[in-house]
Amino acid sequence: MVMISGASSPLYAKRRRRNIFTMGLSFVATGFGLSWLVLILAVLLWNGFSGLSLAVFTEMTPPPGAAGGLLNPIIGSLVMTAIAVAIGTPIGMLAGTYMAEYGRYDKLTYVVRFINDILLSAPSIVVGLFIYEIMVAQMGHFSGWAGAVSLAVIVVPVVVRTTEDMLTLVPDTLREAAASIGLPRALMITKVAYRAARAGMITGVLLAVARISGETAPLLFTALNNQFWSTNLNAPVASLPVVIFQFALSPYKDWQKLAWTGALIITLAVLALSIIARLLTAQRKSS
Amino acid sequence: MSVASFTVPTVTHAATSIDGLLEKVSIRNLDFFYGDNRALKNINCSLYQGKVTAFIGPSGCGKSTLLRILNRMYDLYPNQRATGHVQLDDEDILSPSQDLNLLRAKVGMVFQKPTPFPMTIFENIAFGIRLYERLSKSDLESRVQHALQRAALWEEVKDKLNANGLSLSGGQQQRLCIARTVAVRPEVILFDEPCSALDPISTAKIEELIDELKDDYTIAIVTHNMQQAARVSDFTAFMYLGELVEYGETTHMFTTPNDRRTQDYITGRFG
Repeated sequence: MVMISGASSPLYAKRRRRNIFTMGLSFVATGFGLSWLVLILAVLLWNGFSGLSLAVFTEMTPPPGAAGGLLNPIIGSLVMTAIAVAIGTPIGMLAGTYMAEYGRYDKLTYVVRFINDILLSAPSIVVGLFIYEIMVAQMGHFSGWAGAVSLAVIVVPVVVRTTEDMLTLVPDTLREAAASIGLPRALMITKVAYRAARAGMITGVLLAVARISGETAPLLFTALNNQFWSTNLNAPVASLPVVIFQFALSPYKDWQKLAWTGALIITLAVLALSIIARLLTAQRKSS
Repeated sequence: MSVASFTVPTVTHAATSIDGLLEKVSIRNLDFFYGDNRALKNINCSLYQGKVTAFIGPSGCGKSTLLRILNRMYDLYPNQRATGHVQLDDEDILSPSQDLNLLRAKVGMVFQKPTPFPMTIFENIAFGIRLYERLSKSDLESRVQHALQRAALWEEVKDKLNANGLSLSGGQQQRLCIARTVAVRPEVILFDEPCSALDPISTAKIEELIDELKDDYTIAIVTHNMQQAARVSDFTAFMYLGELVEYGETTHMFTTPNDRRTQDYITGRFG
């Protein structure tokens, strides 16, 4: 009997053809998805880049027909984002720490994780309405605080998830090693587990920042908008996404132009954050 | 610390001369459960001060489980429990009121995989010392140096104490972990297959180290390697399917074991 070597058997040839076919389909699908992304970025760059000037960063939003910039929404976005991160990060990290360290085997953790996942994918407009009910309606007016809190509500689930995931990646052998020299649990978490998971946890916060910096819906119901310079967080505060929303829908050419520029600024900022996050994660793996 | 009167139904004690030895850890009628699964069955044995006791046996026989009872490591996980009596000197290790951190400072452990902390070589050692003692900078430095010397690592790392502990080779990492354990000044050191991830040269170094350390500590070592058990230990315990089949002096165990199963295992007939 003649032996057919595995490589030249009909079965192998068939499998090879099928492999090439599937690979081809994968390439086409990837190309299709990516092309839209590239298109969006190209249009954004094309329309936004020409409007980029110093005035954008130094002047207030203009009335229709006048020259102006985006200073007040940029500052508003920065301030509200900072407050949201300041509120959301500690809550998220503590909850994530509980879930990964203290309550890993508790029922409560499963419940919290389930609810957190719902919150993670909840439409942000729901968050906006929620904060509108409990803050704006109670206070009687829109405010920067309400905007910051609604963004914080979006930050929390992201940070909870990444903190838990990153701590879970820390091998149990490291925890046992820490315990084996008589390290109390709290110190084991803060000095050993956090240190091992640090890059990933920071990445989580950066991703949360990236996520909220483009949020419009929750701010429409809470911080609203402000055409003028205002750092009073008890009053309505301008933000980039809301200004983009308002200006882009307007019939005025110069407002539309500013909206493109604003969109470009947010996109570049988020891109920068994502790159930093990637670099941090890469560092963690190599160390 | 005397050998109490107890019944040892499943253990065939080899004729050992244990006169003059101090029983540091005594294990009596110990059972261990993973959930409902009884992983250890009525274990009785002793660790003697200044001696090395090796635990051998095929995979899944309960060697590591037994070791992890001695510092209550199993307490980190749910649904694991031990019943019986385990004493360190006069202290009841299994007592619910036992302070686990103090216990683990007294009963150190070196693991199968080297587990340096994600910090510098110096900090890896200093970290544990600072937990229990407030020392001046120079005292701390000399303690770190001493610990590294005891682990035969000082010469290799003295010029890079600020390098990350993870930058060392596997064998060096394991010796760093031994130094870290020694630095806390334990009384007992548990080695859980400390060489299974190491090459023969690193293994030889670790074995030498164990031999040097035994004068000051009580040592227990779990190993898959019977030659290693024969080389480093004074006493050997052979475990099989959750039972302690035979326990006695290493020389005796490896030459004239009492139990057929012990003989079969050490001659390589199974396991």
